[in-house]
Amino acid sequence: MIQILFFARFREELGVESEQIELDGPSSIDDLLHILRGRGEAWARLFAENQRVMMAVNQELADKNTPLKAGDEVAFFPPVTGG
Amino acid sequence: MDSVSIRAEPFDPNREVDLLRGSDPSTGAVVTFIGLMRDINEGDRVERLYLEHYPGMTERALQEIVDEANSRWDIQDCRVVHRVGTLLPTDPIVLVAVASRHRKEAFRACEFIIDYLKTKAPFWKKETTAEGERWVDARESDDTATLAWEKSDA
Repeated sequence: MIQILFFARFREELGVESEQIELDGPSSIDDLLHILRGRGEAWARLFAENQRVMMAVNQELADKNTPLKAGDEVAFFPPVTGG
Repeated sequence: MDSVSIRAEPFDPNREVDLLRGSDPSTGAVVTFIGLMRDINEGDRVERLYLEHYPGMTERALQEIVDEANSRWDIQDCRVVHRVGTLLPTDPIVLVAVASRHRKEAFRACEFIIDYLKTKAPFWKKETTAEGERWVDARESDDTATLAWEKSDA
C-alpha cells in the first residue's frame, strides 16, 4: 500500500484529500500517474503530460522517475506559491 | 541556532529579528526580508488570502533550504517564519532573517532562501476578490530566480 495526498487546487478539483492504493510490483511515480489519468476527465486533464505538476515522495520533492515502494507517502500538488 | 517555523497566527517581524540578534558579539550584520500581503494582484483588489501548506514536508523543505544556505555561505544564524491560514492586507506572510559576521554573506543567503522558498516549499495561496476565491498561479520569474542560483555556487 502507498498513501497518496493531494493539495490545494488538485484536492479541490479531484474532490480527494488522501487515499491508499495497492501497487503491483516495482513502480515509479510515472506508473502511478498512468493509473490516475485513467480515472476520468478531471484526472486526465490535471495530470496530462503538458501540465505543471509537482510531486513528493516521503515529503521530499520527487520527479516522474522516482521509484515507489510499499509504505511510501506520495503527494501531488500544483506549483507552489508561498513567500 | 537556525530556526524555521510555521505560524497560524500573526507574528511580529521585529520580535523575530530581536531573537536572532541574540547574544553573539561576533555578528556584524543581520539582513531581513519581510514578505507582506498586498491588497492587489493581477489588477484585482484582494480582500484576504488563505495559505495552505503540507504539514511535515513544509518544515523539512525549509530546513533543507536553510542547510543549503549554510553550506554555501559563512553565516551564523538564520530565522525563517511563514504564516499559514487566513491573512489580511499588510499582514506579514514570511520573514527570512540571516545573521553573519559581514554583510555580503547575509545579503546573499537571505535572497537565496526566499528565492528557493518560493519554488520549493509546499505553500499555496488562495485569494478572495470581489468575484470570489481563486488559487494564485506560480510565476515564471520565480523559477528563473531559482535556476540562477542552481547555476552558481555563491
